[in-house]
Amino acid sequence: MNIRMQFAKYGKMIYIGHLDVMRYFQKALRRAKVDMAFTQGFSPHPILSFAAPLGVGIESCGEYADLRVYRSDTTEAMTERLNAVMAEGIQVMDWRLLPEDAPNAMSSVAAADYMVTFRENAKIKQCSEWIKHYYTFIEQSSIATEKETKKGPKTVDIRPLILDNSLELKEDKEPALFFQLSAGSAGNLKPELILSAFYQYLGLPFQEEELRICRLETYTSAADSEGNTRLIPLREAGIPILQPLEEPGEEKEKNLP
Amino acid sequence: MITKRFEPAPVKQALSHEILMQIEKPARYLGNEINAACKDRKSVDISFCMCFPDVYEVGMSHLGIQILYDLFNRRADTFCDRVYSPWMDLDAILRREKIPLFAVESQDPVKSFDFLGITLQYEMCYTNILQILDLSGIPLRSCDRTMEDPFVIGGGPCTYNPEPIAPFFDLFYLGEGETQYDALMDAYKVWKASGKPRTAFLEMAAEIPGMYIPQFYDAVYHEDGTLASFTPNNPHASPTVRKEVVRDMTTAIYPEKPLVPHIRAIQDRVVLEIQRGCIRGCRFCQAGMIYRPVRERDEKRLEELAITMLDATGHDEISLSSLSSSDYSRLPELVDFLIGECSRRKVNISLPSLRIDAFSLDVMSKVQDVRKSSLTFAPEAGTQRMRDTINKGLTEEAILSGAGEAFESGWNRVKLYFMLGQPWETDEDREGIAGLCERIAERYYQVPKEQRNGKCQIVASTAFFVPKPFTPFQWAVMYTPQEYLGMAKTVNHAIREQLNQKSIRYDWHEAYVTVLEGVLARGDRRVADVIEAVYRKGEIYDAWTENFRYDVWVSAFEECGLSMDFYNRRQRREDELFPWDFIDTGVTKAFLLREWKKAGNAQTTYNCRQQCSGCGARKFGGGVCFEHSNAVC
Repeated sequence: MNIRMQFAKYGKMIYIGHLDVMRYFQKALRRAKVDMAFTQGFSPHPILSFAAPLGVGIESCGEYADLRVYRSDTTEAMTERLNAVMAEGIQVMDWRLLPEDAPNAMSSVAAADYMVTFRENAKIKQCSEWIKHYYTFIEQSSIATEKETKKGPKTVDIRPLILDNSLELKEDKEPALFFQLSAGSAGNLKPELILSAFYQYLGLPFQEEELRICRLETYTSAADSEGNTRLIPLREAGIPILQPLEEPGEEKEKNLP
Repeated sequence: MITKRFEPAPVKQALSHEILMQIEKPARYLGNEINAACKDRKSVDISFCMCFPDVYEVGMSHLGIQILYDLFNRRADTFCDRVYSPWMDLDAILRREKIPLFAVESQDPVKSFDFLGITLQYEMCYTNILQILDLSGIPLRSCDRTMEDPFVIGGGPCTYNPEPIAPFFDLFYLGEGETQYDALMDAYKVWKASGKPRTAFLEMAAEIPGMYIPQFYDAVYHEDGTLASFTPNNPHASPTVRKEVVRDMTTAIYPEKPLVPHIRAIQDRVVLEIQRGCIRGCRFCQAGMIYRPVRERDEKRLEELAITMLDATGHDEISLSSLSSSDYSRLPELVDFLIGECSRRKVNISLPSLRIDAFSLDVMSKVQDVRKSSLTFAPEAGTQRMRDTINKGLTEEAILSGAGEAFESGWNRVKLYFMLGQPWETDEDREGIAGLCERIAERYYQVPKEQRNGKCQIVASTAFFVPKPFTPFQWAVMYTPQEYLGMAKTVNHAIREQLNQKSIRYDWHEAYVTVLEGVLARGDRRVADVIEAVYRKGEIYDAWTENFRYDVWVSAFEECGLSMDFYNRRQRREDELFPWDFIDTGVTKAFLLREWKKAGNAQTTYNCRQQCSGCGARKFGGGVCFEHSNAVC
C-alpha cells in the first residue's frame, strides 16, 4: 500500500540538504521498524520519494514524502512511532493511505505557500517606507526578473506564477509576507526570487541570509465534482488510517529474494 | 489561503544563520545527531569535550570516539560533548569574527569544559591540534595554561610516540581508553573539590596506570643530537608508563547506540569490532605490535550487538572491523548469522580485510555483486624474499590461486597494495611488483573466454614506507622525496614493459608528505617548535594533500635549527635510546631488535597462533597468549 507522509523541518535541521533528508528518512523509517517495500538487487533501497526539494536554510511544515509499506498501524500510532525516533527539528505530522492510482507526490506538486519575514539585522528595515513600496511592487501586472538557467541568465516574468499574496501586520510581530506560488514541473517559483526582485526595485543589494523563509503547505490540483480544478494540500489526496492495515501476504512473498 | 503560522522555538546556536548559510555543510557544526547524549551541563560535575582534529565527516567515522563518548556519557556525573576541526571556510570566519570554538551539542565554548580530549590517529593532523587550541582560546603550550583552561589530554595510536607534541598536552592516556578513564574522572572530582593548583591534579593523574604527564619528565640530549636520558622530575611520575589494555573484549563496553550524523560520514554504517590486535606480526606494521595481544570478542555478544546497533541507528550497512578479519576464529558462524539477519532486514554487509580464499569468495559472492566488486590483496612487496623480510605471510601461489578461483566465479577486478622504500628493498623487488601484476593478468586470460567477464582490471598502488615506533623497523633509514619518486618510476617502467600492461593501472602516494610523516613519527620533543612554527605560518589540514606545503615545513625546520635528515636519514644504533622508550607496550625492545635482525636475513617469524615468539605481550594476561596450545615462553 502507498503512504503519504507529511513532515515539518525546523531548528538545526533546516541546514540539512535535500539528499541528506532522504537518507535521514531511510534510516528513521528503519529505526521505527516500518515494514517497508524495497527495490530489488544487491543494495535494496526503500521505495520512498519526496514531493518538492526544500532549499537549505528554509523552514517548513508542509513537506511530503510517499512510500510503499506492507503494514501500517493507524495514522496516530504511526506518527507517534516515527516521532519517537526523530531528531529534534524534524517532526512527522501526518501519515495517510493513498489510493492505488494516486500519482506520486513529486509529479503532483502544483503550488506551495510560503511565509517570509526579515531577520534582525535585515537592511530592508532601514527603508522606512518599504511596506508602501511593497504594495506597489506586488501589484504590478508583470515583474521581470533575471533567472539563472542552464543556458545562462534569462529574463522571465514571475508575476503569473504568484497565485496569491498578502502582507500581514500584527502589533506584536514583525511584518510577514505570504505567498501562494506555482510549483512543480508546470512552473516553479521560489520566494527568494520575488524578494530579490523587490530588493532590486528598492535599489537595495539583495542578501538572501536576511530572509527567514518558511514553506507552509504544498498543494496538488484536483478536480471537484463539477469538474473545476482547485488546489488541495498534498495530504488530502490520501485518507487517515483508523484501523491497522496489512497488505495481502503474496506481495510480500514476491519481494523476498 | 494560508492556514497557519508556523513558529518553532528558537534553538541555541553558536553561529548565526548568516554564517551557517555562508559555509560548506553547516551540519558539521550543529550536533543534534541521532543518539546524541544532549545532557544539561548544569546537572553534571564533569564536562569532557572530545575532539577529532580533522573535518567532521572523518571524525564521525571513528570508532574510538564513539566508544569513549559512550563510556563518558554512561556516567551520570559526566557530560561528553564533541568538537571537530572547523573546515577552512569556518576557520577564517571564526578568526575574523573572534568567535570562540564551540562544542557541537551544547554549542558552548570549548574553553569552558573541564577536559579537552584529542584523539591522535595520524601524524599529519598535528597542526590541526594547534588550530583547535588556538581557536578555543586555550594557550598552545601546557606550561602557559591556568585554572581557566581545560586539561588537554591526548590518546590514540600516535601517543606511542607523543614527544613531538608533548609540550601541547597536559597529559596523555597511553593505551586503550576503556580501562582507566573512570579512575581519572574520579580523581578529577576529588581535585576539583580540593581547590588545589593544576599541578596537583596532574600529580594525582600520574599515579593512575597509563597516564603520562610530559612536564614531569626531562629529556637530555647527547652532543650528536640523540637522546642521552629521559627521566622523571616529579616523585609522582614513574620512569616507564605501561599502556592500558582491555583484558576481556566481550565484557568491555561498546556503543550500543552509536551516533548517526545527518550528513554522510566516511563510515556511514554500523561497525562491529570483532577483535583487537593482529596475530600476523608484519614487521612494518605498528598496529600489529601496539595492539598486542590479539583479543577476540565473543561471537554471541557480536550477534547481540549487531541487532541492537542496527535497531538503534537504522543504518543500511554493517561492517566488520579488525586488523585481519580472516583470523577471527568464529568468522564462518558470525558471517552465517549476519547473512541471515541482514537479508531479512535488507541491510548490506561489508567485509574488509578478508584473506582471499575459497571461504571468503563464497561469502563475498553472497553479499555483494561480483561484477561490480573487486578483490583486494595486500602483498606489500613484489618478491618472496622481500615479503619474508617484512614477515608478510602471503605467497605468490596463494595470490594466484585466490585470484584464479575468483576469476572463474566472475570477478575481473583486482586491487593490489604495496609499499616502497622498505629496508633491504632493491630494484629487483620493485620490478617484482610488475611481474606479480602480469602473472595475475595472465591467470585471468587462462579462464575460458565464455566464462570471463570482459577485460581484467588490475590496480596496483604503492605507499612509501614510514618506519614507526614500536615496530621491528623502528631502526630503519628513510629516503629523500626524489629517491621515493625514483622507486615509483622503476615500478612504472617495469609495468609498462609487461605483455598485459593495458590491464594494469599503477598509482603511487605523495613522496613529500611521507618524509614529514617520518619526522613526526620518530621525532623528539624539539620537533614541537617546528610544528608550532608551521602552524604560525598558517598551515592546517596537512593530511589533505591539497593543503600540504612541503616548503613551509622545510623553512620551519631551518628556523628552528633542526634537520629532517637527523630524524629520517640517520642509521640508528641498535642500543640508541629512543624518545618513546619510556613507554611499555608489553612488546619488548629485545623482541623488536630480534625481529629487525631476522628481517635482514629474510627470515620469517611464526604468527601468534602457530607459535609464540615471546614478544612480551603475554604479561597482560589475556588474549591469544592464553589460547590452548600457546603455553610456551
